Amino acid sequence: MDELKKKILKLLKEDARFSASEIAAMVGKTEKEVASAIAEMENSGIIVKYTAVVNTEKTGEDYVDALIEVKVTPQPRRGFDAIAEEIYRLDEVKAVYLMSGTYDLAITLESKTMRDVSLFVSERLAPIDAVIGTATHFIMKQYKEGGVILDNGEVSGRLPVHE
Amino acid sequence: MDYSKFINKRAASIKPSGIRRFFDIVNEKKGVISLGVGEPDFHTPYIGRDYAARSINKGLTQYTPNGGFLKLRQLISEYYKVRYGLVYDPEHEILVTVGASEAIDLALRATVETGDEVLIPEPSYVSYAPCVTMTGGVPVGVECFASDGFRITAETLRKNITDRTKILILPYPNNPTGGIMEKEDLEKIAEVCIENDILVISDEIYSELTYTEKGHVSVASIEGMRERSVVINGFSKAFAMTGWRLGYMLCPAELLTPMYKIHQYSIMCAPTASQYAAMAILEQGLEENFLSVEEMRAQYDMRRRYLVENFNAMGLTCFEPKGAFYVFPSVKTTGMDGEKFAETLLEEKAVAVIPGNAFGKGGENFVRISYAYSMKTLVKAVSLIGEFVKDLQ
Repeated sequence: MDELKKKILKLLKEDARFSASEIAAMVGKTEKEVASAIAEMENSGIIVKYTAVVNTEKTGEDYVDALIEVKVTPQPRRGFDAIAEEIYRLDEVKAVYLMSGTYDLAITLESKTMRDVSLFVSERLAPIDAVIGTATHFIMKQYKEGGVILDNGEVSGRLPVHE
Repeated sequence: MDYSKFINKRAASIKPSGIRRFFDIVNEKKGVISLGVGEPDFHTPYIGRDYAARSINKGLTQYTPNGGFLKLRQLISEYYKVRYGLVYDPEHEILVTVGASEAIDLALRATVETGDEVLIPEPSYVSYAPCVTMTGGVPVGVECFASDGFRITAETLRKNITDRTKILILPYPNNPTGGIMEKEDLEKIAEVCIENDILVISDEIYSELTYTEKGHVSVASIEGMRERSVVINGFSKAFAMTGWRLGYMLCPAELLTPMYKIHQYSIMCAPTASQYAAMAILEQGLEENFLSVEEMRAQYDMRRRYLVENFNAMGLTCFEPKGAFYVFPSVKTTGMDGEKFAETLLEEKAVAVIPGNAFGKGGENFVRISYAYSMKTLVKAVSLIGEFVKDLQ
């Protein structure tokens, strides 16, 4: 990937709402160059989606995010991919990763009630033949999300004007 | 009671800073976007904060040696060698001060006699002239121009030299203009200084925020200049440590001795916890080649480009600053001077910028805009300033 694209990705990962013209000014290229680099990355699937980073606690809703560890029996020929596919087809699944370590797949669910999560595990995940075990972790507090510290532990006391 | 007889005449003659008035308005008015700060929006590296906190908790809260911990001076020495190719002896040529501010004051107090003239390129940071005044010296503002990149040129320097000229202050990278002096510029100035036996006080507090490929060049690295330069720097800008009040000065031992004495009697030593923080930060920085400083500079650089391009596009001629974290656009095309522009902008769009005349000669038609802000803030502010300028046409 060329330098321009790397720079653009870095900026968009920081703030997906930067416009092509803003990015162009920041990296010293023309708006056209930046817009076409973005389009290329969108078309080739490098940029998959633009989304919002949400501080769940502040929504005031009783939703939780969950991380579920799954142990599975790999399938002949297709290894873990077939089971991963079976899982990622479920709409409520936000992300699926193949992991190294003591379990095989990690699944995240977002903005669910506790009941939703337990139903998901007992009725959708557990019945899958290859699944031999699950461990469900509820995320109790987001300290940092998408590179942003949500904990409010760090503040700034800058005065508005100096010489 | 008549206090005037108690008050030192020099102190009485010092004018309060021109931007205090702005400060009050900005503080009172709600929802103002201020582009007026002079300190980083980054935080002090964690390692420095942790070490300082640990030193306090352990009870290491006593005085340090007058000159600062020797270990810290060794690290500063190493830092200047690695970053700027200059070698100073930690024991005899380095003094740790309460911010670069104290170092400026010390350098002037230890050298200036009543009537001595001190040349100060302007627009410039506001503390040099009052510090000179307090010593009984005469501050001589030397106007610099956007067309020269706000550099001081050899011709201008020559024109301002008299038989009372003793010192030239070199405030580069410059607050408020963002101007820098490159090697060739410094060589020309050096020639004049050597020829006229002038001492240079080089305030390099923004050295790490230089956006050229070659980076910052210290005047002391120019041939014949180390012996006649007092190099001043600090931790505030490079490591986002403004509130820790920690700076330092580097110069030949003969020059440092009188400064050291004044420091010893008036200050004792720079804050202990701050010195612990600085040692941790420099150690880490030297190990990882100042990666986080580079990252910070890259961020500032993007904001700088964004502002320069946008101000020029809206018709506010903006010289491309190569240092510090300010842009200094001219507002002449609006028909207002900097002060009127800043006042009206604050009133109408609730965006605060600093009028250029706060920084001395040659700043009248300019405003200083800081980019020590997130891009989000800058984008918002630029759009408001854009609307404001458009409405004026």
